[in-house]
Amino acid sequence: MAAVGQVIRSEWTKIRSVRSTVWTLGIAVVVTVVLGVLICTLASNDFDSMPVRDRLSFDATNISFAGMGLGQLAMIVFGVLVVSNEYSTGMIRASLAAVPQRGTFLFCKLLVATALVFAVGLVTSFLTFFAGQAALGDLRAYIGDPGVLRAVIGGGLYMTLIALFSMAVATMLRSPMLSLGILMPFFFLISNILGNVSATRKLGRFLPDQAGSKIMQVVARTNDDVPYGPWGGLGIMIAWTAAALIGGYVLLKKRDA
Amino acid sequence: MIELVGLTKYYGDKLAVDHLTFTVRPGIVTGFLGPNGAGKSTTMRMMLDLDNPTSGTVRIDGKHYRQLQDPLTYIGALLEAKAVHGGRSAANHLLCLAQSNGIARSRVAEVLDMVGLSTVAKKRSKGFSLGMAQRLGIAAALLGDPQVLLFDEPVNGLDPEGIHWIRNLMKNLAAQGRTVFVSSHLMSEMALTADHLVVIGQGRLMADTSMKDFIHQNSRSYVRMRSPEQQRLLDVLHTAGINAVAVGNGSLEIDGVPADRLGELAAEHRLALHELSPQQASLEEAFMQLTAESVEYHAHDGDPVPAQAGLSPHTRTPAEPQSAGAAPGEPQPTGWGADWQRKRS
Repeated sequence: MAAVGQVIRSEWTKIRSVRSTVWTLGIAVVVTVVLGVLICTLASNDFDSMPVRDRLSFDATNISFAGMGLGQLAMIVFGVLVVSNEYSTGMIRASLAAVPQRGTFLFCKLLVATALVFAVGLVTSFLTFFAGQAALGDLRAYIGDPGVLRAVIGGGLYMTLIALFSMAVATMLRSPMLSLGILMPFFFLISNILGNVSATRKLGRFLPDQAGSKIMQVVARTNDDVPYGPWGGLGIMIAWTAAALIGGYVLLKKRDA
Repeated sequence: MIELVGLTKYYGDKLAVDHLTFTVRPGIVTGFLGPNGAGKSTTMRMMLDLDNPTSGTVRIDGKHYRQLQDPLTYIGALLEAKAVHGGRSAANHLLCLAQSNGIARSRVAEVLDMVGLSTVAKKRSKGFSLGMAQRLGIAAALLGDPQVLLFDEPVNGLDPEGIHWIRNLMKNLAAQGRTVFVSSHLMSEMALTADHLVVIGQGRLMADTSMKDFIHQNSRSYVRMRSPEQQRLLDVLHTAGINAVAVGNGSLEIDGVPADRLGELAAEHRLALHELSPQQASLEEAFMQLTAESVEYHAHDGDPVPAQAGLSPHTRTPAEPQSAGAAPGEPQPTGWGADWQRKRS
């Protein structure tokens, strides 16, 4: 039996010894924060010219996470590469020969990568919140306001789950190109289209990113008829991730390496 | 010690490995020989529990691979070179493997030194030549100081000095009492390294024998004769008490009589000869004969290119006689599967 501690150390060495880790996570932080501050600045300038309806439902906390829509793409790339690099390089055979208990192997790999993403995601979330609020000036929210801390920690959780979902999908698909080719357009385009077209909106809000991002909202939108709250939304995202993980585990278990 | 019992693998409908049963013993180098696509790599992947057998089992010192605690300390394998993340340094590649099996960090530098990669330990393996990547793979195999070693085509991509080095390494490992199992598609390579030989073709076991016996049984020498008066030649030989076998296309093959004696005999009877050539069946030829019917990808004769084209440049052409009067328009099938082609036509 492979000792879990050994395999965790090994996976940590793998993650820290490739440059793509620093690049993808670095880009995720920078894009999220910079874009968040930019949109906050624009919003604070335009606030007076907004319609009353929008001003009433103005969510200072949520708007500072506006960069996450793009920043999450870098998280997806990180999640996909962590897993699919093993396959695209052939390293998987060396890895599984060293740790033939495939469940242990997958668990340790995802645990290490997820822990790292959670740390980075949490830092990003707090950074973009404080930087965004600074840019909002008078409109700002405070971390002590009701629901704000939940939203900021939720931002870190959201990024973590996006990355973990990507890892699970990559475990199923193995190919980095295929995984990215499905995940990127899905989260960048399809999910947005489904969520904004009135005919599919009811369906779109059960997609992992749309449900999960509810955790970052503090002020409910006007005419909000979403049937779940912030934690319920995160729960839906967790359910998606869990399903993908089970699929990945089952396939890894029975497939030839 | 590795024991295979009835090991079988189907990929879909395609049978890749067909009821392989043999044992790899410690203390010697066992060569695993077969043409490309014979199922060598599949068999080795099943030994490491990477591919699931359709049926049959592999046991390493009596245990299933998955039951081994820290498997790298029992069995080290070189499967394919370049099976490493190109962006990771050689040292880190070995370190992550060592850590997963609780092998001391200091061992990484040791094996890097052993394979001669110390100077590039911190370099990313992306820039490695095939030979260097092969050495890195061997370093990974040696990492856990295992008693059993598997090498899949280890000489591929190595320069002559590297080939010499890996041969000695394998012999030394075996001399230390370890089990060494090495695959190749080159008989000539095996003849220099292996003590025991397991030959497979299309997934089936063709031979499981000691190298010595294999050479003894298969390196036949004979003389080939051709004459326009074949019947009279046969009569003359028969009268002299010499046994000749007609092999088609007008040739006779004679065992155990030197070429000089046969030439003199023909001269005495004023027989014109079109060919008189001593032949040595090489081990390569013996191997090809053994596996000819199972070679998956035949080069076809009659093609505008030589029959050996497209095969590995290492493949030696079996010694063909300088036929004095080979009739034009009657091409002699040579190369891989030649005998098979001949039998069929």
